[in-house]
Amino acid sequence: MKVGVLALQGDFLEHEKMLNAVGAEAVEVRLPEHLNGLEALIIPGGESTTIGKLASKYRLVEPLREFATQKPVWGTCAGMIFLAKDIGREQPLLGLMDIKVNRNAFGRQINSFEADLDIQGIEGGPFHAVFIRAPLVTQVDANAGVEVLARLDDGGIVAVRQGHLLATAFHPELTSDTRLHEYFLKLATLSVR
Amino acid sequence: MSNQHGYNGNSNGTQTGTETVKRGLAQMLKGGVIMDVVNAEQAKIAEEAGAVAVMALERVPADIRAQGGVARMSDPELILEIMDAVTIPVMAKVRIGHFVEAQILEAIGIDYIDESEVLTPADEDYHINKHAFKVPFVCGCRNLGEALRRIGEGAAMIRTKGEAGTGDVVEAVRHARAVLGEIRRLQNMPAEELMTYAKNIGAPYHLVQEVAATGKLPVVNFAAGGIATPADAALMMQLGVDGVFVGSGIFKSGDPARRARAIVEATTHYNDPAILAEVSKGLGEPMVGINVSTMSDSERIAHRGW
Repeated sequence: MKVGVLALQGDFLEHEKMLNAVGAEAVEVRLPEHLNGLEALIIPGGESTTIGKLASKYRLVEPLREFATQKPVWGTCAGMIFLAKDIGREQPLLGLMDIKVNRNAFGRQINSFEADLDIQGIEGGPFHAVFIRAPLVTQVDANAGVEVLARLDDGGIVAVRQGHLLATAFHPELTSDTRLHEYFLKLATLSVR
Repeated sequence: MSNQHGYNGNSNGTQTGTETVKRGLAQMLKGGVIMDVVNAEQAKIAEEAGAVAVMALERVPADIRAQGGVARMSDPELILEIMDAVTIPVMAKVRIGHFVEAQILEAIGIDYIDESEVLTPADEDYHINKHAFKVPFVCGCRNLGEALRRIGEGAAMIRTKGEAGTGDVVEAVRHARAVLGEIRRLQNMPAEELMTYAKNIGAPYHLVQEVAATGKLPVVNFAAGGIATPADAALMMQLGVDGVFVGSGIFKSGDPARRARAIVEATTHYNDPAILAEVSKGLGEPMVGINVSTMSDSERIAHRGW
């Protein structure tokens, strides 16, 4: 299976390694034509302002929206922000998921942390999650089909799914735990028509 | 700093300040451009242009060079103004070995500390023990031994030194080729040669073993010191670095906002000459450079660091 990784900026190489480890072929996406022939796409961690500006400048926003109507897309951290409908400030967004996201919700880098999470649909014990200047989902539209997959102990929402769209506030690609990448590939397999 | 979510750090077995989160922020900066800024207005221009982070300082290296004197950590008030002005990470510089300047920057909540040869060294024998801090550090290097010494001391990110404030990319190229070339040689070295190699380059043995096995530094590696054009940025990326710092090159040029955008785009599309040609058009005057080969040893700053 060919899975794209948006390679405008950020830790796209780490996602590529994870995809290769679970048996998928990773393809770097920097321009609209790079989406041809892909069955799913990951938007990596990075700086969401940088990724958004480069996506606008290189006319990727509409092609990405079109891609996401049919095929699975997963955003990690900056990718989650880019997928959200509302982040409470002006910056380029895909606006595909009915979630409200707060950027840098935990504070500055000194507040970046690691924590163990129970994630719905992920078997085999807690998932060790790495949060770097991470965002937080502050509102989900359940009527639009948004499911919460994981929360912190204090209730903060850090993983959500809306049909074939997935978003995590943390970085599975910075660990060696491939379970979420496998979960995402399953979404991709199911949505192949 | 304010913890907007009111997160107390005690749930889910939470840990902060770990090696993973310190190195992790640098992972998020990859493929990006970190820009030197001297005030909030420049910081906003940098963010608007697509910078992944800004380096907050009172004088860019070209001015430090021109004005001379002792260059120190910037006024925390200035750094805080810049932190308030943008949503991207903010870095700031401390003098080599000046761990109290680092404590001050950690206290104001800076995102990354650059223990930098651009400032006047405070200690001519020892660098800061960076393991003692929760805030991550980036340090300069000219070769693999220097890079691994800094990582051994706890640096969570490395940058080649180049020759800051010159607009001449030749030293950045020299240092990137040195580090990346030494890694390539190390990969082909039999195990029994690694200890002597570690001794010869003055690097911790376990890090030499790690680099020999993985073929890369254990932390993210950016280029710095003399990058002034989109082509310079793409050159460094094609040589194999993870991203670029641009110091004096942007705000000492004729049209900073436009040049900043062009360098950001060139860093993403570094392998696409058609795009590089497009973004290089009509950028106006670049910074006035200094040819490094005409400089005396005492004018060079890359040799600072031990």
